[in-house]
This record gives sequence, structure tokens and C-alpha cells, in this order.
Amino acid sequence: MTKTALQFRHNGRDVALFVDGGVNLLVALRELIGDMTPKFGCGQGGCGACSVLIDGELHLSCLTLAETVNGRAVETLDGLKDGPNLHPLQRAFMEQFAAQCGYCTPGMLMAAKALLDRNPSPSRAEVIEAISGNICRCTGYEPIINAVLAAASGGRARA
Amino acid sequence: MLELRKDIFADERDDNLKEIGRGTQRQDMLGHVTGTSTYFDDHKLQGMLHLKVLRSPHAHARLRRIDTMEAERSPGVRRIIRGADVPRNLNTLLSLINFGKDDEPSLAVDKVRYKGEPIVAIVADSPREAYEAMAKVRVDYEPLPAVFDVEEALKPGAPVVNETYPKNTFVYHDVYDHQKLRFGDVERGFAEADHVLEQRYQMSPIEHAPTETNGSIAAPDTNGRYVVYTSTQALFFSLDTCAKILDVPSNTFHFIGGTVGGGFGGKVDTLTEPLAILGAMLTGRPVRYQLGREEEMQFGSPRGAERIYIKDGVMRDGRIVARKIRAYFDSGAYTRLSSYAVVKCVAHLPGPYTIPNVHGDVYCVFTNRTPATAMRGFGVTAMDFALECQMDKLAHLVGIDPMEFRILNAYRDGDMKAHRREAKNTALIECVQVAAEKAKWPLREEVKRMSSRKDGGGSRAAISPTPIEPAPQRAAVSQQRTIYDRAPAATIQPAPPTPTPPPPRPPAPSPSHGATRFSSVFGTRRR
Ligand code: FES
Ligand code: FES
Repeated sequence: MTKTALQFRHNGRDVALFVDGGVNLLVALRELIGDMTPKFGCGQGGCGACSVLIDGELHLSCLTLAETVNGRAVETLDGLKDGPNLHPLQRAFMEQFAAQCGYCTPGMLMAAKALLDRNPSPSRAEVIEAISGNICRCTGYEPIINAVLAAASGGRARA
Repeated sequence: MLELRKDIFADERDDNLKEIGRGTQRQDMLGHVTGTSTYFDDHKLQGMLHLKVLRSPHAHARLRRIDTMEAERSPGVRRIIRGADVPRNLNTLLSLINFGKDDEPSLAVDKVRYKGEPIVAIVADSPREAYEAMAKVRVDYEPLPAVFDVEEALKPGAPVVNETYPKNTFVYHDVYDHQKLRFGDVERGFAEADHVLEQRYQMSPIEHAPTETNGSIAAPDTNGRYVVYTSTQALFFSLDTCAKILDVPSNTFHFIGGTVGGGFGGKVDTLTEPLAILGAMLTGRPVRYQLGREEEMQFGSPRGAERIYIKDGVMRDGRIVARKIRAYFDSGAYTRLSSYAVVKCVAHLPGPYTIPNVHGDVYCVFTNRTPATAMRGFGVTAMDFALECQMDKLAHLVGIDPMEFRILNAYRDGDMKAHRREAKNTALIECVQVAAEKAKWPLREEVKRMSSRKDGGGSRAAISPTPIEPAPQRAAVSQQRTIYDRAPAATIQPAPPTPTPPPPRPPAPSPSHGATRFSSVFGTRRR
């Protein structure tokens, strides 16, 4: 099978790899780079567990051909912390009990980050809209929405 | 006298267990928000192979021929596993507690009994190569008439779903095709009642849809052992089940789990571990078997469907005097845990109410649907849905406030429950009172003062005369019991990769008498 050379920024670091034709970004991240934070939930765009940011925009890595991120910047939950310091969203998720099994959490956090990056003080409705592509079967969403709102207002307080 | 110096660890626990009302952080929360919690699929092992399963497109069909010749030669294929390769290709989950007959193969051999049933497993270098080989497997099916409705399945002449249970019902105590509850005389109760209400309720199967699908990774370990990373909710139960199916001592396995991406009951069935381990045994390589979302839906067990008939007799003053229930649990094609759900359901009848005459018949029925399993309160949830709908209708019928109607009929400490245990620590009245208060639902003062601790027992503790029904004829030992004797552990070697399937094992010897239990601990037979 022909392999394609691929170079992109992964959480601020340059990576270069060869991928088989048809390999999606989720598999490339998990199996070739070893970043296990994006999760497989459905492989067909239904659950959002595989959500990542590409050039700051939210994407489903399971529906993204790996080749298409050539030269672009990919962010995953693995890059959310600032060294040992948790991101305000991570702290808020902890405090608001916004994860139970934790399987949707990486995708949720990336969806929430995409929102706060473009809209630092979203309304409740905007938070709901922003995470509407991410399924959580455990929490019932309420604590997640509260966490995103708490992180947003916390961010404002610090700013 | 040697004593552990607890003072060294004194600051690790304060022995003050007063946790109620205090917020406590989950111990796994940091891992969750940093994405470092390790689920089964987060293990990347050197030389890992991928296992995919060919599944039946038919709900019911005879397997005339399975031809894997072309698939074997497909690029990247390491091994094709068929039913004959599974050491004990028949199991029922609760055989570990000696409940039920082995009725479900790991890979179908002669027949498929539901859409999605596994037939052939393909172990290949990549998932893609496994799928490509799968497309080359030829299966010759002879479609058979299928039955999808619990009551249809019980009619004479209905297709036999699962030959282990030719009447399409689970068999309790070697004799009974259902579980019974008899308490008092419902017919007399109905005769005395002011109103009788009979209703039919139905609940569909419900898929747990955990965000992480079922799966496992098995890898050869040192000393002939295997390490298994799994999504299971029931680590040791799965371990024992694998030891039984693969016919090796349970200490062959080191199961690692506990971080589960949502289960809700849908990860107790040991769906993937046996084949993943067998793949690792046959290839000597780590093998990953992860369900796709469609497989999770089609093959992963749901909460089973139930059909429930309730007939109640109620007095004008609101007392329920008789309750008769007939219910059918749809087990799907195999038993898994529905047999137990029925037992649990019958123990729950007639709900948390004191009713002097109760009659229950609950059936565990086989149909050509995906086998059902545990899910959050299974056996009770659907029945409670039906009972509480019924309670609202009865309250309406006699013109009593529905909250009050429940308090009126609620069981109290000292009452006799229908399964002949005294009710203790009851709290339904208090629950309803609190619910009414929170919902700002007005209750009369008199009702607000009622208590589960008061006015129970006495005549409510009596078992009303219960007519005896003729017992069914005990069938001549129809149930085969399987003995799980194994070769001594010392002779067990990890199977080397072999190009040809091992010869089929001789059938298990049939036991002479009595119940035999599989002991995963000692690998011996216990009586
Ligand atoms: S795995 Fe990508 S959306 Fe579900
Ligand atoms: S915490 Fe389990 S799916 Fe969201």
C-alpha cells in the first residue's frame, strides 16, 4: 500500500510520519503518534469522543483524513495543560463533577476550548450549542454545561 | 508481638467516615480531565494484531457450509478462528453459579439464532486486512423461520430458537417454564373488589450505548500466562468465564480493567475476551478485539424487552385487594442474564405495596433477537414502569389523589410481603411525602402524618389462605449438567501458533448425578 509523507504540528511540536492511504487522523494520532487522548466512540461522526482542534477549529478526527492536516496545527487534550498547570476548563470540570466514566471528556474539553477561544463569555445556550456534537452517556450534561460556564466566568475574573 | 506502625500513615486517613453532605473528589478525576485515564484501547503493544468477526446477516438460519479457504490466503491474515477452535464452544454466563444450561457458542457452528451472531473470527495485521479477508469468507445459509415476539414464541408450532430450551422458555429447577408467585387468592380478591382493571404494558429493548464500545486486548505474558486489558464491568466474572470457555486454569490470566468508558450493564457479558485471548493463544501475538458502534448496537446485548399484563382489584376506599401479573421477558436467542432478571422481578412483585392477594407468572422467553442482559435495575425497572402507570390509573378510577393512593397502599414495617418475608426499614410513605413536598403537591394533613413505622403488622402480617395448585410432572432429567474437569494444570502449555485447527475435543463426559460446580479457584469439581 502506498504511504504518504505527512508533517504537521501536534500540540506545538512538529511531527513527521508516513500514513497509509485512507488512514484517518484519529488512528494517526493514537496509533502512530501515541497520543491516546482522542477516543474512538463510533468512527462515524456520531459521538464527538474523537474531537480535536485543527488550526483552532473543532473537528472530528475520525472523519478527517490524516493527509489533510499536512502543514496544519492539531491540538488534542494532551496539549491542554500548561506544563504542570491545569487549564481553567480542566479545573472547572474537576470542581463541577463534569466527568464520570471520563470517556467523552477529552472531546468535551476540546469542544469547550474551541468555544471559549472564540467566545470567552458564552451564554448557557451557546455552551449547549457548542457541545451538542459530543455525546455523554453518564453525566446528563448539566455538570458539563456548568463547568464550561464556570471556566468562562473564572477566565473573565482573572483577565 | 509485631505490629504495623499505623502512625507512619496516620495522615493518610483520619478514620472519620462522616462523608455525607461533604463534597468528595473522585479519585480518577485528574486522569479524566487530563486524558491520562487508561482505557483498554489505550494500550499499544508491539506486534499487535486485530481481530474482526463475521456476523450473521440472518435472524435465524442453518449454517450449511463455511468456506474460509480464500480468506486464509488474503494478505495480512494470521489466523482464522472457527467454532471448532474454541475449546468449550458452549457457555452460559451464570453457569459460574450453577444457574442454567450452557446454551451459547462463542462462534456459531450449526445455526445462527440472531442477526449479528458471531460465526468466524479473523486475526490480521490490520483491521483493514481483517475486513478484506472477511469479505472473502463464504457462508452458505439456509434461512429458517424466525420468531420475534415473546407470546408468538410460546405458541405451539413456533420455531425453536435455541435447541437447549426446545420450548423457547428458560427452565427453572429442571421443571418450571416460568417463575411463580402465589400469595392469597386473587380470584376471591377480584370477586370482592369494587373495580377490576386489566392492562397491557410493553417496553422495547434499550441499548446502553456506552461511549466506549466493548473490547479487549489480550497478549501473551511470561510463564505461559496472558495479560488481558478489557472494558469489562465484571473483571473476575469475565476472567472465570474465559477460563471455562478456553479450558485453562483461571490463573492463566491477568485481567486488567476497572477504567470503563461507560457500562450501565452492557459490559458484563464477556463479549470480546474469549476470542481475543484465543487469538493471542493461536498466534502468540497481542490481539485486539474492539466492537464498532454498529456491532455494539447489533451484537452487544441490550436491556431486554418485556411485555406485562396487570389485573388489579381495588375497593372504593382505595385499598388494592388483588393483583395478578403475567409477564414475558424477551431473552433474545440465548440466556445471558434474563433468567436471573425474572427471578428478581418476581421477588419484587407486587411492587412496594401491601396487597393481600398476589399472583405472578413471569416467563423468560427465547426469540430470534439479540440476547438481552443487565441494565440498571433490570428485572425491576420495566415492571415498576408498568406498576406505577397502573397505580395512576387505579387512583383515577376510585377518585383518589395519586400520591395519597400510593401512601394508602404502601407497605409498612411489620407487613408481610408477597414472598413471605416481613417488611423492614420501609420508607415509601416518607419518599412520597418528600416528593409531594418538593413538587408542592398538596397532601391532606392526615396523610402527611402517616408513617412507615406506624400501623403495620397485625392483620397485615398475615398470609392469607393460598390455594394449592397441582405441581407439574417432574420431567425425566432433561437437563444435562456439564462437568468442568480439566487436565492437571502442569500439563497446560500455551498453544503454539498452528496452521491447522486443533482436533475437536471429545464431548464433556455426562455426570452421573447431582449438581456439579465449576471452581475457578481450584480447577476441580466441587459438590
Ligand atoms: S469517534 Fe469520531 S465522532 Fe465518534
Ligand atoms: S462521562 Fe461517561 S460518557 Fe461522559
